Amino acid sequence: MRATPLPEFMLEPAFDPAGSSRDAIGASAVAAQGLNIRHGTILTLEEINVSFDGFKALTDLCLYIGVGELRCIIGPNGAGKTTMMDVITGKTRPDSGVAYFGETLDLTRMSEVEIAQAGIGRKFQKPTVFEALSVFENLELAQKTSKTVWASLRAKLSGEQKDRIDEVLQTIKLDASRQRPAGLLSHGQKQFLEIGMLLVQDPQLLLLDEPVAGMTDAETEFTAELFKSLARKHSLMVVEHDMGFVGSIADHVTVLHQGSVLAEGSLAQVQANERVIEVYLGR
Amino acid sequence: MSLPISITVAQKAGPKLTATALGVVLTVLVALPLLHLLPADSAMYVSAYTLTLIGKILCYCIVALALDLVWGYAGLLSLGHGLFFALGGYAMGMYLIRQSAGDGLPAFMSFLAWTELPWYWYGTSSFLWAMCLVVLAPGLLALVFGFFAFRSRIKGVYFSIMTQALTFAGMLLFFRNETGFGGNNGFTGFTRILGFDITAAGTRAVLFLATVALLVGSLYLGFKLARSKFGRVLTALRDAENRLMFCGYDPRGYKLFIWVLSAVLCGLAGALYVPQVGIINPSEMSPTNSIEAAVWVALGGRGSLIGPLLGAGLVNGMKSWFTVAFPEYWLFALGFLFIVVTLFLPKGVIGLLRRKSS
Repeated sequence: MRATPLPEFMLEPAFDPAGSSRDAIGASAVAAQGLNIRHGTILTLEEINVSFDGFKALTDLCLYIGVGELRCIIGPNGAGKTTMMDVITGKTRPDSGVAYFGETLDLTRMSEVEIAQAGIGRKFQKPTVFEALSVFENLELAQKTSKTVWASLRAKLSGEQKDRIDEVLQTIKLDASRQRPAGLLSHGQKQFLEIGMLLVQDPQLLLLDEPVAGMTDAETEFTAELFKSLARKHSLMVVEHDMGFVGSIADHVTVLHQGSVLAEGSLAQVQANERVIEVYLGR
Repeated sequence: MSLPISITVAQKAGPKLTATALGVVLTVLVALPLLHLLPADSAMYVSAYTLTLIGKILCYCIVALALDLVWGYAGLLSLGHGLFFALGGYAMGMYLIRQSAGDGLPAFMSFLAWTELPWYWYGTSSFLWAMCLVVLAPGLLALVFGFFAFRSRIKGVYFSIMTQALTFAGMLLFFRNETGFGGNNGFTGFTRILGFDITAAGTRAVLFLATVALLVGSLYLGFKLARSKFGRVLTALRDAENRLMFCGYDPRGYKLFIWVLSAVLCGLAGALYVPQVGIINPSEMSPTNSIEAAVWVALGGRGSLIGPLLGAGLVNGMKSWFTVAFPEYWLFALGFLFIVVTLFLPKGVIGLLRRKSS
């Protein structure tokens, strides 16, 4: 394989799916009944290549995310982090390579909508919420339910769904602003709202692109706690530049560089890796 | 509790005031056709001219509302809604002209020395089938066009240009005599509808009331849609389509639904317009007509339901006054109005009213 030794690629999933995590997945398993996670890997990327007009954004990228794992992705600008998320969510089609969600769902053949419905949620780098709608309505739209035209025409929130939204509003500390238009929220609040939208969407795999950008220290700390509590029930993939934040949440860290994996392991291991130091500190 | 941005003037200006205003307008609209039934020398008599003019404006109001549903809510600026309006009008016109022609061919076909009706005229002597055509012709065209446009993710100005091209193509097609719709003269000289004299006071009154009913119905439907989750999904789609897709919504179905609904409403408005005005010809499909409809909506305030009605009413009211008083200055006035609204009233007249009341 490439420069990195093989064992580091094949990380054990953080949780044994046959054990307690089966129950922990709980509600998520209902949504994606077809999702086969027998081997404990929720996301498989192998030999992914993406190029834009000759520029190779991803080169033979291989990455595995275990069920219930919280994985941080770091890497210098242009390392391909966002492109990788685009491939996973169907926004970009890889030139070649294999991308599986669970054991059976081929992400390279599914549309963005199908992928979202199958249980992959994404938070964008720039917080994107529905600005004209209130905070409550943002959560209402994101909530996991049938999303066909007919269903929306007849939709009425059940007590249970309302309770769930209220619960999430408490969690993201936006309960007081529930009726405010989302466009009037501060940057940090929008970040939380978008995280809240992911929570009510209840995906099995969450992709979070720079979730703590623009947050205060207290907010960052709170987000770290929130993510840690989400892992186990969900699998998370977090792209972040804030090393303090990465250190506080990550089980495992993957370093991307020029479109492929440079190193993988715990944060300490990765930080000690000479090639990583070379890339980050310049040559 | 949770209201979409569509909050009509109702929520801001105090429900009482708006309800009163709407009630007064509705009462006047119902009274007008009844007053038309009075003897012509009565003091309260409403002339056929006035009644027809207001009926025409009400049809335009429905178009404005339909356009607002796709533009104000779903963010799809159509510059081709005149086509759907005209198609509904033509479907109605086919029935009317066959009523007038009795058992023979419509006069324009005799001029062309045609001996039998083209196949697509089959069944148009039946009012029911004509009504089906009123819905089907604009509906199916919108369905097919929308299906391909939304599947190819055509958005923004490209979408507007394509709709504009569509209505222009329609106009050129209908201008041809060979198309079988009377060429550039279109249809006129209607005499009867459902056996009644089309110019009789009673017929006019019923047509007017039908228009009022359609307007109220469309308004109610729009209100229901705007307050449903469907309406909120449309708003979300307008502001952040990508985000919505990653929430698991397929925008295509949503766009297609509102697009076809809007086209059908336009078709119905066109069908009521033709018997009242007494003529339909291809100039209804001219791009400027569709652009003018967009001006009504922008002027009234898009994204609200009452706004476009105000816009259509104001512009057309002014138009009929101007074109009588200072005919040569109307286009200048329209242009001036549009500039003023763009510069000073970004949310339209309705935005001004809301600001005043709060």
